[in-house]
Formats: sequence, C-alpha cells, structure tokens
Amino acid sequence: MDWEVIRFSFFNLDSIAQVYPLLLKGWWMTIKLCVAVVPLGFALGAMIATVHSFKIRWVNWLLIALVDFFRSIPPLVLLIYTVYGLPLLGFDVPAFGAVLVAFTINSAAYYGEIVRAGIESIPAGQLEAARSTGLGRWQAMMHVVLPQAVRNVAPDLTSNTLELIKATSIASVVALPELLRMGRVAQGLVYNATPLIAVAVIYLLMLWPLVRLLSRLERRVLAAR
Amino acid sequence: MDAFIDQFFNLDVMIKYLPDVIGGFWITLALALSVIATGLILGLLLACLRAFQWRVINLGIVLFVDLFRALPPLVLLIIGYFGLPYAGLALSGFTISWLCLSFVLAAFAEEIFWAGITSVQKGQWEASRSTGLSFGETLIYVVIPQALRMTIPPLTNRTIAITKNTALASVVAVQEMLTVAQTSLAYAANTSPLTLAAIGYLLVFFPLVILSRWVETRFAWKR
Repeated sequence: MDWEVIRFSFFNLDSIAQVYPLLLKGWWMTIKLCVAVVPLGFALGAMIATVHSFKIRWVNWLLIALVDFFRSIPPLVLLIYTVYGLPLLGFDVPAFGAVLVAFTINSAAYYGEIVRAGIESIPAGQLEAARSTGLGRWQAMMHVVLPQAVRNVAPDLTSNTLELIKATSIASVVALPELLRMGRVAQGLVYNATPLIAVAVIYLLMLWPLVRLLSRLERRVLAAR
Repeated sequence: MDAFIDQFFNLDVMIKYLPDVIGGFWITLALALSVIATGLILGLLLACLRAFQWRVINLGIVLFVDLFRALPPLVLLIIGYFGLPYAGLALSGFTISWLCLSFVLAAFAEEIFWAGITSVQKGQWEASRSTGLSFGETLIYVVIPQALRMTIPPLTNRTIAITKNTALASVVAVQEMLTVAQTSLAYAANTSPLTLAAIGYLLVFFPLVILSRWVETRFAWKR
C-alpha cells in the first residue's frame, strides 16, 4: 500500500482548505434539520403514548398498527414517498418540508413506543392521585406522569435521538444539501475522498460524546437492577 | 381521491413492474440475512473476547463499537463505495453494504451481549469455577446461556432497525428492491412501484415487529 496515495486521497489538507465552506454549510443544514425534527418527533411520539394510555380499545389497536407499520418501513422508503410522492399529488412542499414530514412520522413511531414503556413504568396511583386533586386527563399526564415517565426511559430516549440524528444523513439521497450531501459535492470538486473522511470526522465529533454518555447511562441502568 | 389511487395504487403499473420488484426483493432478503448472520455472530464473539478483560483488546473493541455506533450507516456505505477505490480497493456495492451493515449490527450487538454477560450474577461465575470449569467453559456453558435470554428483546429491536438499512444499499448501486422500485418509478412517472416495494418491506419486517412485541413480554429484562 502506498502511503503517499492514502495521504493524498484521504487526508488531503489542501482539499479541506478548498471545500470547508461547503462542509460547514452542510453541517449547518444538518443542525437545522435535527433541531426541527427531534422536538417534532418527540412531541408527536409523546402524544401517541398519551392517547394510548387512555386505554380506548379501538384507538389503541389503530395506534399500535400505525406504529408497527412505520417501524416496518425503512426511513428511506418513506422519504422517497414524501419527496417524490407529495409533489405528484399536487402538494407544493419544499424538499426540507417533505424530509421533515418523513422523519417526524418515522421517529414518532419509535419515540411513542419508548414513552409508552415509560408511562407503563409509573404506578397507576400517581395518575389517580393527580386526577383526585382535580387535574384533567391531559393535565395529569403532562404535569405528573410524563415527567416521571420520561426520566425512567432517559437512556432509550437518548439512544433514539442519536439514531435519529444519524438517520438525517439519509436526506442526502433526496438532494437536501445537508452534511453528507455537501461532502459528496465536495468530493466531486476535489476528486479525492478527503471530504468524505471530513464528514465522518464531523459526525464523530458531534455524536461520539453522545455514544459515551449512552454507554454510561446504560451501565447505570444495569447496575440499578 | 382518484388522482391519489392512480398515483400510488395504479394496478396496471404495479402488474407491469411486479417481476422486477420481486427480483429486487430476493436481493434485499439475501443482503438482510447475510447481515443478520454476520453481525450477530461477530457481536457475540467480540462480547466473549471482552469478557477475558485483556486491556489492549478491550480498548480496541470499545473503539470499534463507538465508531460504528456514532457514524451514520450511509456515511460508512458512501466512504466504502466512493472512497475506498481511491486507495485501489474497489468492492461491489453488495459487498460494501454487507460489510458495513454487519459491522454496525456487530457493534450494537456487542454492547447488548456484553450488558447481558455483566448482568449475570457473580455467584454464577464463582459456583461454576469452583466445580472445576475453566474461565472459557464457564463463559460458554454457564454465563452465555443466561445472558442470551436477557438480550433477546433489545437485540430483536436493534436487529430489525439495522436490517431495514438494507434499503440504503440502493445508494451504492445494489439492484435491491428500492433501487428497482425507484428505476420503475422514473420510467412509469408513477409512485405505484414504490408502493410495491413498501409492501415488500412490510412482508419482511411487519411479522418481525409483531414478533418483537411478543418477545418483549416473553423474555422481559428481569430475573
């Protein structure tokens, strides 16, 4: 193996100097996408879990069917549906909007499952006590049950958020100019793989701390058992 | 409504492209099964290796796991397929997809298996060693069987989530189901072939998701 070739193709600082504005732009788009989609997906998921906790039988059947449906479909398939399908139906949505819709639906299915497990871990007495003070169903959920539920499933929520942030790289396939997409564009400009390595490094810098945190959280959960 | 049905559930289009999509379905299935087999076995091997607590090897395993947990699978695929050729290493899209997704699954599986191994009580180790079994024998005959049972629910969920990523292989020119569906979509100027692919994914993964729900109650993480 020729190390000079490796250095030139994968760790070429001149290439980085040439294309870093592109990568920064892509990184910013990835951040914007995450900042939009994480709260949206979580909110929709928490809503699904809350409605599920009301134990209306046919509603729950429907919810579980929907959640399982979206857990069975690869996010990329959903994404192509919203990006190419919505305009064909006459909806004039910008790419960012279509991507947002796909990731919100996909992640809500996962967040919903996690929050549901969290709610089920809270003793029924909590809800009953809250209701007996005069709080309504939604109020009791919002102020009493959900905060405790979310704390109980914090590691799973973190893990899902990590997966969601990673999944946003899929938006590059539908030409949304996020980090990975810009890395590909930059690769086309400099004719070597350095921009791709830079993209990987940026993802590592963003997500490695989260992975470490997760390992610690998971170990603590295990130790508590 | 008619426009919707015509666009997404157009029977004529579906029938026309069904054979192509079925061809892609088999490739998706082959890729998925190879990833599951390789990923789970490699993950279990790494977790067993980690149990021996050799410092340098453990560091290597943790780095491997962290790397493949932190990087998006698509980034790995793209580096493998569009980056490696610059180093003179040009592998087929299928090989790259198989390797990358297997490594990702192995990383997650190692974490889960390792969590399972450490959650087996110390007394089990001690009792087993006192009967004269060696460290390796204890691991294989006593600890792993108990650990495996606990790892089944999280492992099932993770395996489904990672195996769904076979759809990403469409980005590196593998003729799997989504690639075929997208090509057909372009030819037909109609979304129905994509619906066929979605049905294909449902056929594979919906039963698995249902299974994972059953497994969760059956093998819940408790002692």
